[in-house]
Amino acid sequence: MAKYLLLKHYRRATGPEPTEVGRIPMDQWTPEEVTAHIAFMNQVADDLRERGEFVDGQALSPDGSFVRSDGPGRPPVTDGPFAETKDLIAGWMIIDVDSQERAYEAAAYLSSAPGKGGEPINEWLEVRPFLEHPPTVTD
Amino acid sequence: MEELPGELIRELGPQVLGVLVRRGADFAAAEDAVQEALIEAVRRWPDEMPAEPKGWLVTVAWRRFLDAQRSDTARQRRELAEVEDPPPGPTEQRDDTLMLLVLCCHPALTPASAVALTLRAVGGLTTRQVAEAYLVPEATMAQRISRAKRTISDVRLGARGDLSTVLKVLYLIFNEGYSGEVDLAAEAIRLTRQLAGGTEDPEVAGLLALMLLHHARRAARFSSDGSLVPLAEQDRTRWDGHAIAEGVVVLQAALARDRLGEYQAQAAIAALHADARTAQETDWPQVLEWYDELTRIVDSPVVALNRAVAVGEVDGPMAGLRAVERVPADVPRHTAVRAYLHERAGDRSIAHDLYVVAAGQATSTAERDHLTRQAARLRA
Repeated sequence: MAKYLLLKHYRRATGPEPTEVGRIPMDQWTPEEVTAHIAFMNQVADDLRERGEFVDGQALSPDGSFVRSDGPGRPPVTDGPFAETKDLIAGWMIIDVDSQERAYEAAAYLSSAPGKGGEPINEWLEVRPFLEHPPTVTD
Repeated sequence: MEELPGELIRELGPQVLGVLVRRGADFAAAEDAVQEALIEAVRRWPDEMPAEPKGWLVTVAWRRFLDAQRSDTARQRRELAEVEDPPPGPTEQRDDTLMLLVLCCHPALTPASAVALTLRAVGGLTTRQVAEAYLVPEATMAQRISRAKRTISDVRLGARGDLSTVLKVLYLIFNEGYSGEVDLAAEAIRLTRQLAGGTEDPEVAGLLALMLLHHARRAARFSSDGSLVPLAEQDRTRWDGHAIAEGVVVLQAALARDRLGEYQAQAAIAALHADARTAQETDWPQVLEWYDELTRIVDSPVVALNRAVAVGEVDGPMAGLRAVERVPADVPRHTAVRAYLHERAGDRSIAHDLYVVAAGQATSTAERDHLTRQAARLRA
């Protein structure tokens, strides 16, 4: 049993080229297409819940700032938001599944959400395994 | 039922489930009926404790089961099932642990489902406790358990599980260790001990010994800041002498039956480590003999990698490295073992580079941090 993070990007500077349908930004969809897309995402989460595999899912606002410490006793330093940032994470889902194959299967399903014209966008999702507990028996 | 059920209820729940299943009740229906009876007990016992709590629970659960059967039957417009209450008599004292474990560890279930169902139905933990132990939401764990129950109800007449699948599941639970309110290692030991009490198979005893011997090292496995301490550097005065003594006795009795299996062999290796007062005193030639024995039983790359470490201790690091070369490179800790053997061979530079790679491949944070420190130590 292992946990995986399925990461959805608004924009990426690196990684594979988006698919034809996946390239069309959401602001060019009809309201019905947006609704259908969101309904599909919720359905996937419900299916994963029903299978006993869902851990968490969150959408993120695109308005992010960079923050760092400026030393003790001083207020945090902030920078941004950057409108033109090339890497933008839209949200994530965490699943707890039996195998990497199953994680890929779930990610592919999530990726097939409908977009413009009701066509599956087949967007690339980044799948990252969690680091786990060290096993007790090692020798 | 999600409130803490108390030790008595926790102990009785699985026993009552065993009685119902043995009487022929479908597992899922029996489990539902037992949960309802336990809720009833939590509500009523504080005011009036029955003289025979188990008998009380069996009676209530059996009634609930029959009621559910009847309403199901009515709903399906079938003839009313002719099910009679069993004759009253002393409550059965039989140990149903094995029967329940074989059901809960059915090969049709995924390992995660078998683990969850076992902890709930045989371990008597609440769904919330199982969910917390595996760091998933309670609703998710409830679904996982109810799907598992449906699965074994569906396959009830098909292929049955056996003891070996049960032992694998118990081993999985133990190996998960400690990750919250529920001590999974202790839970696995409790279940295995219960199973060993009613089973003659020496592999059950072998697994119990293996768990006890590894559990004995727990206090020494992590330093106060939470970092991983490898076997050779553990403070052996912090090992649990009682657990070791019990593990050794259990193992010796198992080995005397002369039916060796993988868990007995692994326990024998753990016992040799437990026997050494310092890492330097480890009887590596005998450890290596046991790895050879283990390899004859299970020819897995993980065993081959651990055997290579023993070869390195017996015949020197170069021999160890030659043994590692024959192990597939994608086995976890492969690079870490090579780094260790190169350092032993005196090649600090290669060892450093390999530790850096190994840290990047680690599957746990504790292991990654440990390997990063090893790399940092060799850079100095």
